[in-house]
Amino acid sequence: MSGTTRRTFLAGSALFTIVPLAPASATPEAMAQAIRDLVGGRPVREGRVTLDLPPLVENGNAVPLTVSVDSPMTEADHVRAIHVFNEKNPQPRVFDATLGPRNGRAAVATRIKLGDSQRIVAIAETSRGELYGASADVIVTLAACLEDLT
Amino acid sequence: MTNVLINAPKAARKGEVIELKALILHPMETGFRPGTNGTIIPRNIIERFVATWNGVEIFSMAFSPAISANPFVSFFAVASESGRITFRWTGDEGFSAEESVAIEVA
Amino acid sequence: MRLPDRPARWAVGALLAGVFAVSFALAQLLPHAVTPAGAQAPDPRRSGTQDMGEALQRMQADDAANPAMLFVQLGEQLWSRPAGTTGKACDGCHTVADMKGVAVRYPAIPRGGDAPIDLEGRINRCRTEHQQAPALAPESRDLLALEAFVARQSRGLPIAPPDDPRLAAVREEGAALYRLRQGQLNLSCAICHDDNAGQKLAGVVIPQAHPTAYPIYRLEWQALGSLKRRLRNCLVGIRAEAWPLDAAPYVALEAYLMDRARGMRYEAPGVRP
Repeated sequence: MSGTTRRTFLAGSALFTIVPLAPASATPEAMAQAIRDLVGGRPVREGRVTLDLPPLVENGNAVPLTVSVDSPMTEADHVRAIHVFNEKNPQPRVFDATLGPRNGRAAVATRIKLGDSQRIVAIAETSRGELYGASADVIVTLAACLEDLT
Repeated sequence: MTNVLINAPKAARKGEVIELKALILHPMETGFRPGTNGTIIPRNIIERFVATWNGVEIFSMAFSPAISANPFVSFFAVASESGRITFRWTGDEGFSAEESVAIEVA
Repeated sequence: MRLPDRPARWAVGALLAGVFAVSFALAQLLPHAVTPAGAQAPDPRRSGTQDMGEALQRMQADDAANPAMLFVQLGEQLWSRPAGTTGKACDGCHTVADMKGVAVRYPAIPRGGDAPIDLEGRINRCRTEHQQAPALAPESRDLLALEAFVARQSRGLPIAPPDDPRLAAVREEGAALYRLRQGQLNLSCAICHDDNAGQKLAGVVIPQAHPTAYPIYRLEWQALGSLKRRLRNCLVGIRAEAWPLDAAPYVALEAYLMDRARGMRYEAPGVRP
């Protein structure tokens, strides 16, 4: 497959907004609530965060994901946490990483489970208390000829 | 102890930013999957991953059931001094695994 | 066009003959690609690796990220673990270097035997005959780990089915199974993997089904598994009777598939969706 896997969501305004993709389903609200619980009333800005996910995956059991944040990672100015949320899994959290100046680079990669095509949101917290966010939409397909008929 | 694969350089220059990769064998059972008889398979996941450099924490991650089975993590660290980088995983059912690697920093 | 008159025609003829002679002589000296016969056609066969997305290709290629490598590590540990009443480990008879080239020449008929066996059958034959240890159960973790460790030693080599003439009948049996329509959907392997390879089924590309990367970490299983397990998934997929894991037809089918993939690069252990 060709093309970049870099996916940074750009909204019209400078503030990052979380809009549930499918208002009818309960889980996008759960994701929005989980994000609200984390950020409180603080604004979440756009930029600095890159959420790398393949736009289409052949199986939702192990989707490679990388979150990287543009930051000097100095004692005075560094990323202290990265939080990732999902919209359609049974529960809205993916992971929470704590970082510091000893990382040198704010980038975390892992593999995640996605039960359905959905939006993933990453929010980074800096040592100055600022929040930056990005989101990406992933389409989850399945191979044919699986182990069980269900 | 369960199988663990660490990928870290054996040597680095002081101040160099190095990438550390860790892979561990673990089912990461979400607790949402029905078994063959219809009842839910109980949750059994790793909850926390911590990396320390000569005992000082440099990175930690709280896993949720959304992290894949046989979880993989990669992150970065500034090579500060020679010694040992230790990786520790803890989770459900008293799960605990630890592995450390030596690194030479010049 | 008016032909030149007699003396000029002779000159043209001589000139042409001379040009032909020189170019013929040159063609013998220059590499084959320059000859009029033309360059070799590219191999139309594709490994399933090429049909995966970039993210999964990278996962397979990186030994530090490929989940199958956890099983290779376990296999390496088992390689030197004593087993059976002999208390011998694999390394009591073999070096790891001995394993290079082994996985790519199975299935084979073992010395002193007459039935074909796959690599798992070979490992179990070593256990029962040389280690005096019980055979490992099909798809058991230890058997898969040893298989992954042995298979890893052949990575990068071309698939090289043995020249044993007794295997011809086995491969024919496998070919017949490959073309057999079966199950509620009345499909054969050939209908998807020969006739429709490269097309999409439910959003995913149908591969040509070459066993170039087995054993694989299948994301669907969230575990390492053998070709037999994958073939069994195919039978379930086409709503046919799924043969039990120790069924002999799997070995015949594998023998056919490995012969069909002869010369292709072995990539084990692979990652597949």
